[in-house]
Amino acid sequence: MTDEPTPEPFDEAEYRRRQRSRANLMGWILGGLAFLFFFITVARMVVPK
Amino acid sequence: MAQSLTHGEMTLPADWRDLFALTKPRVMSLVVFTALCGLLAAPGHVHPVLAFSSILAIALGAGASGALNQWYEAGIDAKMKRTANRPLPAGRLDPQTALHFGVGLAAFSVFLMLFAANWQAAVLLTASILFYVLVYTIWLKPRTPQNIVIGGAAGAFPPLIGWVAATGTIAPLPVLLFLLIFLWTPPHFWALALFVRSDYAAAGIPMMPVVAGERATRRQILFYAVIMAAAAVAPWALGYTGALYGWTAVLMSAAFVLLSVPVGLRKAGEGDRMQPEKRLFAFSIAYLFILFGAVVADHMWPL
Repeated sequence: MTDEPTPEPFDEAEYRRRQRSRANLMGWILGGLAFLFFFITVARMVVPK
Repeated sequence: MAQSLTHGEMTLPADWRDLFALTKPRVMSLVVFTALCGLLAAPGHVHPVLAFSSILAIALGAGASGALNQWYEAGIDAKMKRTANRPLPAGRLDPQTALHFGVGLAAFSVFLMLFAANWQAAVLLTASILFYVLVYTIWLKPRTPQNIVIGGAAGAFPPLIGWVAATGTIAPLPVLLFLLIFLWTPPHFWALALFVRSDYAAAGIPMMPVVAGERATRRQILFYAVIMAAAAVAPWALGYTGALYGWTAVLMSAAFVLLSVPVGLRKAGEGDRMQPEKRLFAFSIAYLFILFGAVVADHMWPL
């Protein structure tokens, strides 16, 4: 496989910024998936087998 | 997938842009387009939500394949100028995060396909991910110059999966579309390999120009371009599509072969800028987009 990459130096502000942006994105993705699965369920009930 | 601890020091969490780059978004666009065309060209009506979800599942499956490919090839990517700045070789992402991301995305894509479409499409999606990662990336690519020829099958799956997601069955037309992408892959990639040959040689990848030489690669490009042109016209000749697709395939394939002739017959000298090869590579991408667009247009507005 590959050599271990050199870890980036720790920067708390950057750490918090990345954590926040990922948390926001995860929230949007999970919310989107909840809606998607709801609509798939409805669509599967509407569409005849 | 939060932060990882290294030598007692906290490293930064992966930036979402790096995770996104891991999915090879440019490759994914072609996958999504051909899958959508396969789905739209299928007979019958698919509920828009189920169609969207099926295409999303295929896109996520392609992204997972790309992520696992980059995880496995991080060491090789670091040796090539073209790929050295990818998140793993550049050290912006740790390999374990990439592996977890790829495996998780692959599992989710198959689950989504199973939930939104049918088990047949989910099985095909699983097969395409496994083929790309195990057969192409791990087995063929580092071992044989025929890697692209056989590995091309992985990229040929999307229209077939799109069709099966819509119908639950396999028919001759999506098989012919599979064949078209399968035969399109060698001239497309070898045109690229000719102008990034030194990169592949440096990384020790046995691409055709590195192993068999430039002359043999050029002949093979021309050979595959001709049989690909025949495969492109086959859906019309066999009566599975109409004249709109047929004439588009004839004209575009003629242009493809014409662009392949100078690539196939010439000999590049020292300091050559490889213009014919770059032109063929760029045209090959447009070729696939236009032909698949024509399949859908032909299905919707038959002449």
